[in-house]
Order: sequence, then C-alpha cells, then structure tokens
Amino acid sequence: MHIVVCIKQVPDSAQIRVHPVTNTIMRQGVPAIVNPYDLFSLEEALRLKDKHGGRVTVISMGPPQAEGALKKCIAFGADAAILVTDRAFAGADTLATSFALASAIQQIEKDMKVDMVFAGKQTIDGDTAQVGPGIAKRLNMQLLTYVSQIDTLDMSKGEIQVQRRAEGGVQVLQTKLPCLITMLEGTNEMRFATMENMFRAARYPVNFWNKDTAGIEDVSKIGLKGSPTLVSKVFAPQPNTKPAEIIDTESHEPRDISLTLINKLFTQHPKLCDSIVKQAA
Amino acid sequence: MSETNAAPAKKPAGRGNFELDERLKAYKGVWVFIEHERGEVHPVSWELLGEGRKLADKLGVELSGVVMGAPGLPTRRFCEESFFHGADNCYLIEDTVLSNYRNESFTKGLTDLVNAYQPEILLLGATTQGRDLAGSVATTLQTGLTADCTELNIDPDNRGLAATRPTFGGSLLCTIITKNYRPQMATIRPRVMSMPDRNATRTGRIIEHPLGLIETSIITKVLAYIPDENQDKPQLPFADIIIAGGRGMKKPENFQLIWDLAQVLGAEVGATRPVVQAGWVDAERQVGQSGKTVRPKLYIAAGISGAIQHRVGMEGSDVIIAINNDPNAAIFEFATYGIVGNAMTILPALTETFKQQLAVARVAS
Repeated sequence: MHIVVCIKQVPDSAQIRVHPVTNTIMRQGVPAIVNPYDLFSLEEALRLKDKHGGRVTVISMGPPQAEGALKKCIAFGADAAILVTDRAFAGADTLATSFALASAIQQIEKDMKVDMVFAGKQTIDGDTAQVGPGIAKRLNMQLLTYVSQIDTLDMSKGEIQVQRRAEGGVQVLQTKLPCLITMLEGTNEMRFATMENMFRAARYPVNFWNKDTAGIEDVSKIGLKGSPTLVSKVFAPQPNTKPAEIIDTESHEPRDISLTLINKLFTQHPKLCDSIVKQAA
Repeated sequence: MSETNAAPAKKPAGRGNFELDERLKAYKGVWVFIEHERGEVHPVSWELLGEGRKLADKLGVELSGVVMGAPGLPTRRFCEESFFHGADNCYLIEDTVLSNYRNESFTKGLTDLVNAYQPEILLLGATTQGRDLAGSVATTLQTGLTADCTELNIDPDNRGLAATRPTFGGSLLCTIITKNYRPQMATIRPRVMSMPDRNATRTGRIIEHPLGLIETSIITKVLAYIPDENQDKPQLPFADIIIAGGRGMKKPENFQLIWDLAQVLGAEVGATRPVVQAGWVDAERQVGQSGKTVRPKLYIAAGISGAIQHRVGMEGSDVIIAINNDPNAAIFEFATYGIVGNAMTILPALTETFKQQLAVARVAS
C-alpha cells in the first residue's frame, strides 16, 4: 500500500503580529511549523501503514525552507519526502496549487501506484479547505472530507469505510480506492518521533522537484498565471464602530453599576429587553 | 482596457483590471446553493439569499436558488422558501441518487447546471457540505473560489465580485477578485450575513434539470447516517444571548459566574480560544476566527480583551457589553457598553439585578 500525504509549512499564526503602522505581517521570529491539521492526516496514514504495511510519502509545495517541515514528517515515521519548489509556482491560488500537487502525485505514481492521498482539512494560514478537494478532482479520486474515523480498509477488495462529519450527524461512507481523505481535527494524536527516525530525518535528503520534475508542461496552469483569483487589497480591520459608552457610577459598587447598565438597556433597547424577558421566562 | 497578462503598469501591483473573455460575458445572474440535510435547509442558505439579493440588484440581474435532492424530500417547499427569502428563480434537480449528500453526485449536478445556465456568481455556505462541494465544483469548472468570506461587494469598475475574507488567523483582511473566469465562486460562514425578512407573498419560477447519473455508476455509497446523540449541544451561532468569558476570568472555577448569568437569561455560554485550550469549556463554545461566528442580540464579554481573532467572530452582535478591568482593552473600542471593573464582582451583581428586574417585568406583563 502506498499513501501520499500532502503537507504545508505555515507560520504559527497564533504568534503573528501585524505592524501597527504599515499593516504588514511581521514574520520575523515567527516559528514555521507543519500545518497542525496536516498532522491528523499524517498520523492516520502512519496508522494504516502500521496495520497494512506499505509506504508513506509526504509531499509539499513551497519555498526551499519547507524542507524542514518535510524532515519533521520523516522523524514522525514517513518513508520519503518530496518538496515541489520552483519560482514558477509563486502566486499560486488554490486552483493552481492543486494542479501542481496533483501533477507531482502523478509523477510519484510512475514509481509506485498510489492507493490513497491524505491532506489537511485546511491550513491555519490560508484556511480555505480547497486544496484537498481540488487534488481529488484532478486525480479523479473519490473525495472524503472531514473524516472522523476510518472504520475498515480492505486492501484485497480496494474498499474503505469511513465516518464523515456532516451538519448534525455523521455519515458512514463506503468507497473504492484510490481516494483522498482529509481528517477532522482531534481525531487522533500525533505519535512521538522515535530516536531512530529522528536520526534518519537528520540524514534524509529531501527530494527537490521543480516544475519539470513534477511533470508540468503547461505553465499557464501554475503560479500567478494559473490562478483565477487575485488578491486586490490587503488591509487591517478598521474600527468601524464608535467606542463603548463606559458605564460609570461614582460609588463603583457592582450593584450600582449593574442597575445603571440594565436601566440603559431597558430604555435604549426596548426590543432587545422584550426578547430577554421572553427568553428568560 | 488591456489583456489579462498585459495589465497597465501604472495600476498598483496585484490590482486587477481585466477585459472579460467574450465567451464569459454570457454568464449572468447570482446563484445561491440551497443546502439541506435531514429535511431541513441550513439557515446559511437564507442568509446568502439575502446577500445575493443585494448583489443581484446592484448588477441588475436575477437571483436564483439551486436545490438538489431526491423525490420525497420537500424540495419544492425549499424552492418556495427560496422565493420567500428573495430568489427570482430556483433550479431544481430531483433524482433518487440525491437522497444523501455525496460529493460525486452533487458535484455533477451543480457543475452541469452552471454549464447549462451560466451564472456569473455562485455562493455556498462555508459548512462541511458547502466547502466539500465548492472545492470540487470550482476545480471541475476551472474557476476561482474564495473561502470563508465576511463581506461581498460588486466592483463598480468591472461589475466583478469583490470578496473580502480574513487571513492570517483574522489579523488581516484581504479582498479577492476572480479575474477572467466565470462563475465567481465564494463560500461564506454561517451567521456572517444577516437573515433577510421572509416574505411569503413572493413567488418565482422553478426550472427543472435532469441529473443523468445512475446509482450503480456512483462509487461512494452512504451506508448510514448517525445523528448526533446530544441534540441539546450548544447552538452558539443561533443563540440570541451569549455570555462569554476570556482569560480575564483568571481560573476555571470563576467560569461558574458566567454560567450563573447565562442561566438567569436563558443564554448560551461562549469563550475565547485560550479558555478553550486551557480546557475550561468545550471547543464547541469557542467564538472567533477558529471557532464559531455568532450574531446574537446581546453579547456579554467578561474578561475578554477583544483580540482580532475573537472580534471577527462576534462583532456582528447587536449589543455588546464588555466587562474588563483594563481600561485600554481593545474590546472597549467597539463594544456598545463598557464596564471598567472586576468581572468577578460585577458578574454576580449583574446576575442578581437581572433576576430582580426580570421578576418585576414578569409581574408587569
């Protein structure tokens, strides 16, 4: 069995700050991490490999520094890593990104048939959740998003049964390989890197592929040219409301403050107060 | 105006000014995908019809809903409801293979409809179903898709859709346009757009279309649907009153003060990401960029500083009351009322005062 896992190196968005004057992202000192949602997919792929044997290849599209993220995946137990990197990919939106990754996966397939592709549910920087479905469509694979559990995998029949999160419930789906899966967050916990795998990762030469190695002939489908969407403006959210009316009483007694506030609510927002009364009743 | 790849150099970098391909000029009208599961339409579909109406009016075109489902499901009622919420037309595909949502069959149906009737804008809810479907449809149609938008506008220069969405965890907003491709697709989170008024006198035209797919040719089978056990799990996005707490609540025991006030008001409890990560409350209750978007009538924020990641999830609330002991907290810049003080003493006082006032109001009514 051969599983390809798509990952992305992202800045730890919790630590990103916006420059107060220039409204630009201050990346300095912000650590780069493997997109956390990707790790749920990688762990699930590794579990399938533990059970059924085979091989896990991780792949990423990004700048040369993304090599670090791929080595991290080797340390977790992936067998091989490919970084698809080329200036020609710059400015790619999700449509162009899914084309580049799908092309690379087709190249991987020339060496060893791919049974399954895993991708993160979404990334924490772009948050689009579009690249996984895009790759599935381009590779003509069955798409299973928001998977909360893999029930059974029968390699002899090429069949898989999964549970997929839907609004208000869970769908139990059965489909045929090859398929593309995005795992729901919190469905598993990434294993610790073993000492052996950490040593292997340190020595492991990540494969660098450019657009030619990735088998891309039509450059109109990659990078900025292949991207139907275009960022026309980036800006910091503007305070578009007036500042709060500060409730102040001279006594500063919590009870006085509460009374003042509730009086204001009842006089200035009678409709709101009607529904509060109704709801509380 | 010039060709796509020869935009005038004097235009600011990245700003698009494109002459639309002749073939794509035929694409007209705004569409909203009407999502339903278990016989219920997801409210985000009505919210999108409200927003779609504004876009269609600006463009001077028609607004249409798209309903797909199996015979036996209330699909015609869904079409009628679409008219009540602002649609002029409804495209309807009815087929037994559409009894459950599946990527393959729904992608085929929606893609075929777009190719046959050529809308210029197609909107879907950013739900598990909408995001799954939008990604596949946009790739099949080779068009642009903008995820999780918070604002939609028409660019007066070129009649294109300008879709604004938060990026980098909500710390920045970016406006995205789809250059020389149609339809322009976008997903929008539930509760970001306001619910339009329902007008039950409105009518419209139903346009039926075949699916052309048989069950045996569909690879993925739905074996079962297990509804969530806990039916009374928090419905934060649709709550009228939310009492939310942040790190300023200091310790998990203090969160009880939030629950107490919520109980008196019949409200839902919300929280910020740090509080959820610390395990004080369920992840279901997280409000903000990586949690739920809410738009209650009343939002009481206790010990919440108002970081942008939280703000994007709750600024649509009608009235915001902020309690924070830091007079410089960002939340005072956009709350309706601010109380500079200790949430641990003010919350119990509020609970008590509300209790008394509500008792008085009940006697009076």
